[in-house]
Formats: sequence, structure tokens, C-alpha cells
Amino acid sequence: MSEQQPPPLSTAGSVPPDPDRETPLARTGPAPGAPPARRSPFSGGAGRSIGLVIALAALCVVGYATAGERFASVDNLLTILRLAAVYGVLAVGMTFVITGGGIDLSVGSVLGLASVWATTLATQTIAADFHWIVMVSTALLVGTACGVVNGVLIAYGRVVAFIATLAMLVAARGLAEIIANRRTQIVTVRPFLETFQASVLGIPVIVWMFGLVALGGWFLLNRTTFGRRTVAVGGNPEAARLAGIKVQRHTTYLYALAGLTAGIAAVMMLARTTAGSSTNGQLYELDTIAAVVVGGTLLAGGRGTIVGTVFGVIIFATLTNVFTQNNLSISAQSIAKGAIIVIAVLLQQRFAARSRST
Amino acid sequence: MVEDDRTRADAPGSSTAPLLAVRGIVKEFSGVRALDGVDLDVRPGEVHCLLGQNGAGKSTLIKVLAGAHRPTSGTVEWRGQEVRPSSPVDALRTGIATMYQELDVVDGLTVAENVYLGHELSRGGVTRRHDAHARTRELLRRLGHGDLSPTREVGTLSAAGKQVVSMARALSHDARLIVMDEPSAVLDSEEVANLFRVVRQLTADGVAVLYISHRLEEIRQIGDRITVLKDGRTVASGLPVAGTPTADLIRLMTGRSVQRVFPSRPPVPADAPALLEVRDLALRGVFSDVSFTVRAGEVVGLAGLVGSGRSEVLETVYGARRATAGEVLVDGRKLRQGSVPTAVRAGIGLAPEERKAQGLLLDEPVYRNITLSTFSRFARGPVLDERAERARAREQIDALDVRPADTDRAIRTLSGGNQQKAMLARWLVHGCRVLLLDEPTRGVDVGARAEMYALVNDLARAGNAVVVVSSEIEEVLGLADHVLVLAEGRVVHSGPAAQIDEHRVLDLVMEGSAA
Repeated sequence: MSEQQPPPLSTAGSVPPDPDRETPLARTGPAPGAPPARRSPFSGGAGRSIGLVIALAALCVVGYATAGERFASVDNLLTILRLAAVYGVLAVGMTFVITGGGIDLSVGSVLGLASVWATTLATQTIAADFHWIVMVSTALLVGTACGVVNGVLIAYGRVVAFIATLAMLVAARGLAEIIANRRTQIVTVRPFLETFQASVLGIPVIVWMFGLVALGGWFLLNRTTFGRRTVAVGGNPEAARLAGIKVQRHTTYLYALAGLTAGIAAVMMLARTTAGSSTNGQLYELDTIAAVVVGGTLLAGGRGTIVGTVFGVIIFATLTNVFTQNNLSISAQSIAKGAIIVIAVLLQQRFAARSRST
Repeated sequence: MVEDDRTRADAPGSSTAPLLAVRGIVKEFSGVRALDGVDLDVRPGEVHCLLGQNGAGKSTLIKVLAGAHRPTSGTVEWRGQEVRPSSPVDALRTGIATMYQELDVVDGLTVAENVYLGHELSRGGVTRRHDAHARTRELLRRLGHGDLSPTREVGTLSAAGKQVVSMARALSHDARLIVMDEPSAVLDSEEVANLFRVVRQLTADGVAVLYISHRLEEIRQIGDRITVLKDGRTVASGLPVAGTPTADLIRLMTGRSVQRVFPSRPPVPADAPALLEVRDLALRGVFSDVSFTVRAGEVVGLAGLVGSGRSEVLETVYGARRATAGEVLVDGRKLRQGSVPTAVRAGIGLAPEERKAQGLLLDEPVYRNITLSTFSRFARGPVLDERAERARAREQIDALDVRPADTDRAIRTLSGGNQQKAMLARWLVHGCRVLLLDEPTRGVDVGARAEMYALVNDLARAGNAVVVVSSEIEEVLGLADHVLVLAEGRVVHSGPAAQIDEHRVLDLVMEGSAA
């Protein structure tokens, strides 16, 4: 993008315009009448979120009716949020990738690889001598690096996103198994656990992390040039390219961002399970994508909502919680999840059809 | 195949009862008349050619015959009986098969599977492959292509091969009339000769062909009679190919009944600086040796048929395609090739041919479409300033009179003409001084066209360099100061617009691309 200031009269070139001409272009100037109505940043988004609020409320009613105080307690609320946190961070990254017209199947595996790499004997020895920050940066670097590989393959290698990230899903899991030698690596760096298992103002650190990532993601998507490019690239890549946006570079950034969130999620996973394992994050990609889609982000790209994604993640976590409270099987829970995904997508299509016809 | 039902070919021009008689067909699309009284007679066993410029209504007529559109009024008679094909299947059942330019064959299936697609030979749900192969072989033999194997995958065939498959399919439906929409556009000269052999084979069997082509030379070779369309009307029907001079045909196709108004503009001063210089630009296999200069305040027009390379020239200048040779200079500075951001930074803006597919984010608000290439300029660091964006977009909305004048409405809801204005507004906000307009009035209704012409004029008067590509020769001549005529990737004419007329351009375009 050029940094030069636009000329005051946009059509004026070096040849001065004819002063006598009576043309529509001569009527440049401030808009007559009222300034354009500022729209609330939540308009539209909030409209779409109403269904999600209703779904969540219904789940809570069911939870309270079946489990009573066990469900409606501060402790249980924090349990739900802690459960949602890891998925939530992944889902924020996924929202960007999907809004940008892609898909990332590898986030679960990358989470596993990052968690293993951050807990190898070597990493933990250095971390014990120096600072737990070594473990965190290892996880973030590994995650981002995997994302960059995905992004370069997809943007410059022109590999279909589904295939490139499927390959990364398999390969990252394999690499994690080799590094961990299929053993569970217990986190021994006490300060790491003390930091990430702590609570601030009564709320667990990993829930704070989820909140910050979600807030940052919201700002990035809705308030920055990066977010605007994401919507443009996902909505119509050819139009974006012809408008001068560097589509390939931006696509790479999107996958790098998803990798970064997988790294952050790995750190949170380590705090929750106190161990790095090559099985960490298995099948997380599916739940993550489901939460993003349920939240209202268009799988075809071009429209994304972080608020919706956060709702989607919390709805799934609450669902799991309600089922666990009632000692219902994981299998029954999966059926319910499947139903929710289908209903949400059907409702979305209705909504899209209506908004298009008006 | 119903062998005894077939009328033998009659000598063209003899007075057989028509196979197809179209009378006074009118087709309106939301108030716009695409067809405004079309008459057409096709006799059994003849090659009837349909001529007309772009926008004359040929495609709409084909779609009416194929059952894809229903006419608003008028009648279609088939062998003396009125028919109303209500769907493509219905039309096929009647006996009318259509070969579209984008051939509707399935690449992953075999030749035989394609021929019997939709009416598979089967017994109890199990396809009778053997029968299908035998019959396909027979059909291909009739078409003079007995060497083509029914088991070959269609994706491995050339465009010519696919056409043969498409024709075999038409025959498998026992079609008595095959409509061919510019079948030669994708063929080389040898393949065209083959196509003609097949067409002669068909007509000898009494099958009629409605042949659409821009290439007069081909029509002279293969056609029996000609019907000319202009502005949705039949202006001449049943002209014998042999007795009609080319000049008459061109006169019939041009000279519009609705006179369009192109605003006049003072001549470009001789000392106006050259803003865009294109030198010996080439894109391998598409065009070569294209050179032209656009001075500040000048409009250069590119005329040519679809496939002549005119859109590709614009896209290459814009960096969306990487030139294989030549250079582009803006304000005397050479541009790095094959980079859109470089071209945009240098001040080139493109309003692409497919506005919706290549230009706009349809579900996004108007202002974001207008600021799509400038939003980072308004931002403070990475943080967007949507208030400034809206204000700037609003200025252009008012200046270009985009209606409705609402910054936040989804651009999908605007008419074609207003969407096009928003495209221009994008480059005006950017401060572009070289504007490349590819088909600026495509999908723009007649009233809004005049506005678009006035706008192009104003842009030039304000000192911009404008390049216009259009399929409508009249539009190119009316808007441009200087005209380039392209045929098959070569510039066949370059000169002031005032010194050439529509007939001559059409002549060049058609002669230049004659096979």
C-alpha cells in the first residue's frame, strides 16, 4: 500500500480540470445532510448471536434442572470455562483461517507437537536453569513454525488447504511421537506450573489467557487492516488480488496465526495436564472447527465472528459439562454435538438466504 | 433412430415447409427487452447462419430454442405445430439439441457415457454398456469419426473431439436441429475443416444446423441462408449466402436503431504528457507486439472479438498476468512486471470485466468496497479508521452519484451501473491516473450507460489516462480518441477514432480472425 496522501480532488491529474465544466465530478465536497450514521460495532453480529444466546440459555436451564446446585455453582462455571479455554484459543486462530477462505486440520496435532517439544528433557533443563519462559517460547515457536509451513504450502505451493493441513496433522503427530518416544513427559519445572495453574482474582490463569486471546482476536479481526484483509481474501480472493492486496503473503500469515494459537493452547494444555504427550490435542481440530461454524463464521470464507466462536466453544463445553454431571456417556454427548452442528448450520443458511433477499 | 421419418436434404432455397418457424419472439428480463421481435425459419437439411453483433440477442434466442428461457410473447412452430419448450430436456425431446460454447461434456466419463448421459441405456437399473458402446460407435461413424473409441475418457480429448461427442449426443436424441454456438471459436483451421465435414454429413441426413459465428469466411463456406439480428430484432431473414455481399451483411449488423449519445470532448492537447506507455507487450500464446501510448486526458479504445486478447492486454498492463516480453511505463517510469501491487502503487486502476467475480466483495458494505485498495492508508498503524474511510467513500459516492447514496449498504444490493461506479470510486480514492476499464457497461442498463459514458469523459477531462475495452464497437469508437483493433492477439489497426467507422472495424475484426 502506498503511504502517500491522496490528492484532495481525486479525479484531478496534472492537467487542471476545466473550471467551466458542469459534471457530476465537479460536485465533490463534504456530503450534504447528516453525516453517515455510525453503526454499533455489535450490530449484525449481535443479531446473529441471539440464536447462540438462546442455545446457551437453554443448555443452562437443562443443566440446572437436571443437576441443580451442582451445575449452577461458581466452581462448576470455572470448570466449564477451563474446559473451554484450550478449545477457545484454538478456535480464535481457526476463525481467522476460515474467514480467510481456508481450513486448518492440523491444529490438534501441532498442539501435541508443541506440548512435547516444550517438555523435552533438554527444554525443561534449560527452563529450570533459566526461566519457564523458555518452555513457553518453545511451544509458541514450534506452533508458529508449523503454521508457516502450512501457509507457504497453501499460498505459494498452491496445495489445497485441506490436503496441506491434513499432511501436517499426520506428520506433526508422528514427529511428536518420535520426540517423546511415545512416553509422557511430566512437567518438572515448578515455576511454570505455579504460574499457569494459579488464579488471579479467583479466575484461573488459563481462563484469563482465553479471554485475552479472544479479545485480541476480536480487535484484530474487526478493527485492524489485518482483519480487513482477512475478510477480503476470504470473501473474494481474485478481487482482493486485483485491488492490490498481497493475497499469498496474507494467507501465510493466517496459517501462522493458527499455528501460534496452537502453541498458546499447548502451554495451557501443559498447565492443565502437567504433562507433554504426543496424544495431546487429538481430534481437537474437529471440535474447534465445529465451534467456529456453530458460532456463525462462514465455512466458505468472507465472514467471521469471534464473538460467535467464543459462544460456540462455551456451548460445547457446557454441553459436555451437563452430560458429565448427569453421568451420560461420551457417545450420547457426541450425538448431541452432531445435532447442534446440523441445526446451527441450517439456521445459518436460513439467515443468509434472508439477508440476501432483502 | 427412426430412419423412415427422415426427410432427405433439399436443395437450399427450395420451398420446403420449414422445420422450425419462429414468429415475433419477445423476451423481457425485468423490463429490459433482450429480444424484441425475432423471426426465423429453418428448413430441414440446411445450414442456417445467425449473424449479429454482441448484444444483438443471439444467446438469448438460443436459450429460448433450448428451453432455458421462456419467451414473453411470440410463437415457435416445429414442423407446423406450435411448441413451447419448457426445459432443456423438453427441447431435446422435441428434436432441438444445443451445443454451447462451453461444451457441456463431463470430463471424467467416457465418450459413450457422455453420449448417453441423462438417457442411459439400461435394463433394471444396470447400464447396458455393450449396447451403449455399439450405438455410440455407430453415431460416431455417421459423424465421420469412427476412429474415436467409445471407451476413451472425454477429458483426454481436444475441444474438437469434445464437440464431436456433443454432436453424437445430439444425434443419440434423434435431434433434427442442432444449434451450434460459435463452434469454431475454439478450433484451429484443420479442426474447422473437420467440423465442416461433420456438418455436411449431418445435413446430408436431413438434420438442420443453426450456425452462429462471427467469421464471415466460414459462413461463406458452410452456410446456406443467413438471418441477421440487431438490437433484439430480425433485420433480415433467409438471405441466400451466395447472393449477399459482405458489405450488405455488415451494413445490416451495424447502424443502430437506437442512437446512443456519446458526449464530445475537446481534443487532447498535443503537449499532454504520456501517462501510460506500453511497448511491444506480449503474452505467449495470447497476444504479441502490442504497443500504445495514452496521454493525460486521452481515451484509448481496444476493439476485438472475445478471445482476441483484448482483456488479457489490460490484465497484463495491470500486472495480473506476467508479460513474456515488452514493458509498461507509467509517467515515464518502467514497472516491474507481473505485480499488481506495483501497478497499483504506480497509479494504475483496473475495473475488471467480471465485476462481481473479480472486483467486488458482494456482501461487504459499499464503503469497504470503495476503500478496498486504500484502507491501510486511512489506518493509524494497523488500526482501521472507518470514520475516515466512510467520509472519503461518501465524497466519491456523491461525486459519482452512486445510488442509493448509502455507505453501509451491502454492495450486492446495488444495480450494475452503481456497482461499476463504486469500482471507479475505488481508484479515484486511490488517486489513480491510469484507468483500465474492461467492458465498463456490461450488465449496466441502457439508461445508466449514458451516465457511464459521461463519467469516462469526465475522467479524461480531469487529466487521467483511460483505456476502454468493449465488445461493442460503437462504444469503443464513441468513447475513444485513439482506437486499436485486435484480432487473434495481433494489433491489426491503430489510429484516431475519428478516422475509422464501425463498418471498417467490424470488417477488420472479422477478416483478421477468419480461419
